[in-house]
Amino acid sequence: MSPILFWLFTVLMLAFGVSVVLNRDPVASALSLVASFLCLASLFVGLDAFFIGVIQILVYAGAVMVLFLFIIMLLDLKAEKRRSFNKLALVGGAAVTALFVSGLLKVLSLFPAGSKPFPALGVAKLDDVRQVGITLFTRFNLPFQTVGVLVLVASIGVIVLSRRQLK
Amino acid sequence: MDFLNDIPWMLIAASIAKTLFLIFGVVLPIVSYTVYAERRVSALIQDRLGPNRTGFPISLFGFQKDLQLFLGGLGQPVADAMKFLLKEEFTPGHVNKFYFWLAPVLAMVPALSTLAVLPFGNFLFGQKMVVADVNVGILYVFAVASVGVYGIVLAGWSSNSKYPFLGSIRASSQMISYELSLGLSAVPVLMIIGNLNLSEAIQYQIDNGWLLLPFTDGKLTLRELLLWIPVLVSFIIFTISMFAETNRLPFDLPESETELVAGYHTEYSAMKFALFFLGEYAAMIAGSSIIVVLFLGGWHVPFLPINTLESSTTPSGIALGFLHITAFFAKVVGILIFFIWVRWTLPRFRFDQLMKLGWLYLFEIALVNIFITAAILAWVK
Amino acid sequence: MAYTVRRPNLTFWEKLYLPNIVAGLAITFNHLKKMLKGETHVVMQYPEEKWDAHLPEYYRGAPTLVTDEHGRERCVSCQLCEFICPPRAIKITPGSLPSDSQFAKVEKAPEAFDIDMSRCIYCGLCEEVCPEQAIYLRKDYAVTGESRADMVHHKDKLYELGGTMPGLVHKWNPDK
Repeated sequence: MSPILFWLFTVLMLAFGVSVVLNRDPVASALSLVASFLCLASLFVGLDAFFIGVIQILVYAGAVMVLFLFIIMLLDLKAEKRRSFNKLALVGGAAVTALFVSGLLKVLSLFPAGSKPFPALGVAKLDDVRQVGITLFTRFNLPFQTVGVLVLVASIGVIVLSRRQLK
Repeated sequence: MDFLNDIPWMLIAASIAKTLFLIFGVVLPIVSYTVYAERRVSALIQDRLGPNRTGFPISLFGFQKDLQLFLGGLGQPVADAMKFLLKEEFTPGHVNKFYFWLAPVLAMVPALSTLAVLPFGNFLFGQKMVVADVNVGILYVFAVASVGVYGIVLAGWSSNSKYPFLGSIRASSQMISYELSLGLSAVPVLMIIGNLNLSEAIQYQIDNGWLLLPFTDGKLTLRELLLWIPVLVSFIIFTISMFAETNRLPFDLPESETELVAGYHTEYSAMKFALFFLGEYAAMIAGSSIIVVLFLGGWHVPFLPINTLESSTTPSGIALGFLHITAFFAKVVGILIFFIWVRWTLPRFRFDQLMKLGWLYLFEIALVNIFITAAILAWVK
Repeated sequence: MAYTVRRPNLTFWEKLYLPNIVAGLAITFNHLKKMLKGETHVVMQYPEEKWDAHLPEYYRGAPTLVTDEHGRERCVSCQLCEFICPPRAIKITPGSLPSDSQFAKVEKAPEAFDIDMSRCIYCGLCEEVCPEQAIYLRKDYAVTGESRADMVHHKDKLYELGGTMPGLVHKWNPDK
């Protein structure tokens, strides 16, 4: 991946991530999150992980965030917009973030693999969709099926609960 | 500055050339003439004539009369475009300005981005006729198309008035619901082809006959005959879902003019409105292209030779290359005419009927269809 | 009182909906085909085809002035039409006939007679009120112009449109 593109998308992703937190307008926050997801997807594509990148857009940007936006628009969020920043909370948040980042840097500098450059990616023999499929259905077959059953149970539960609400 | 040398300038130049050709040479003309065809065909179906007078205005350059080509009215799209560009760009006072301006862009961009992975021809001048030959082609199309809903949702929300808002609410729930049956109905096709790459899908259909017409390779086996049933079901569900995804009648509830004035673009005027209009038709072209690639053999013309990368610079190869591109867009135009024909035949669905159809019928049938396809693929050799 | 509408019981094929869609598509296709073959003729192509032959006798088009069979102006500039005109579209400047004329000092004639066609509402009151039967609503309906001044019909234009109307004026005609 070209370093120009990498830096472009990284900076954009982080900028949109910050704007998710800083924006007072919930719709602006949600859209910044979508933009951030899109930049993340481009980073995945830059790593030749097309499948993950596209699924990132399809699931998060295309479905989950649309539902979020849908709910946000249906709610009346004028109060949220008027609320200003609490100075104390701002300072506290900045302090926690600074502490976390410094801790992370400290740990990473102690970790020998963290300072080495990552070896160049080899050319894959199979395309990544096939690789994901083969990994899921051979090595992780049981967890995969279990997660499938879990999701099915959850969705049936949602239907049952919403039905009871109607009556 | 040595990373500048790493940038594949040739690839970028070729991609830009192909993109420009695709968007400005093919898709936008098809879009504007689809609008013309829509008006003409609807008129003919209703025993009227439609726009048949606007010629190309060569009388501005001193000729006696405007140029009228064989059908008449072919200058209408040009005049419409001029009208959209020159009309007053009115922004109502009660809208949320930033999102109001952003929405038309978000409606147009995804529709055009889908075209990036479409293999619209074989080889021409030593280039493969696809902008980005990625191995997740069909998923990319679904992903980008699902982002297209933001344009509509934001248009309705930022307009700050009731009809656009209702339209955008309808649009988002409709598009999310039909994405499911759209995706699931494509799965049997992808199982048969065994690849997500759209060029490979066409290659499979060249070797084994088009999926919807399995005899185009000159032979018909029992397996092909059995697979034809789930493919037909898939095709019907895919087409219906495509109608819903592109907000075409009988599923045009987001902009149903009898109930919601003009739906999500009620408050828009001039070029901003035109962008919604163009985005809708560009999405139609993208959808028809996917139908053509998955079910109707893409650019393949049966019983004709296919050029290769090497032969695509010789005169016969160039002729074949142009023939393939023409064949692809001829098929797309055929599907578009079908879209128009259906629009002027069927009345609009009620919203609860739409949701019931999507969730209770198409979704389940598509799901069962996957199992049937899997069974045929596993047991019939 | 509320009453229940009985819905018809649909057969399987009707519930499936697809055969009916195909039938509908066939109907619209037949309309399209007949239009393309030119078998349906519903729409009139206006400037080329006109409805003129079918205009009824009583059609009220543009008001015009007429001359009698000797080429004399019938209008005597009595200004009744000017007074009765609801939108005040008519403007008459009365004048007298030249002194060498046989009818000088007997009748008058309009010096100028203007009808503003951008005001005229084609009501026909001027025709009805005219004692000399000098003003008639003819069958011209395509009154166009590029400016407001173009839309005013002057005297010569009115006579050109009106032509001659032979026969005795009603007030001298004992049969009427």
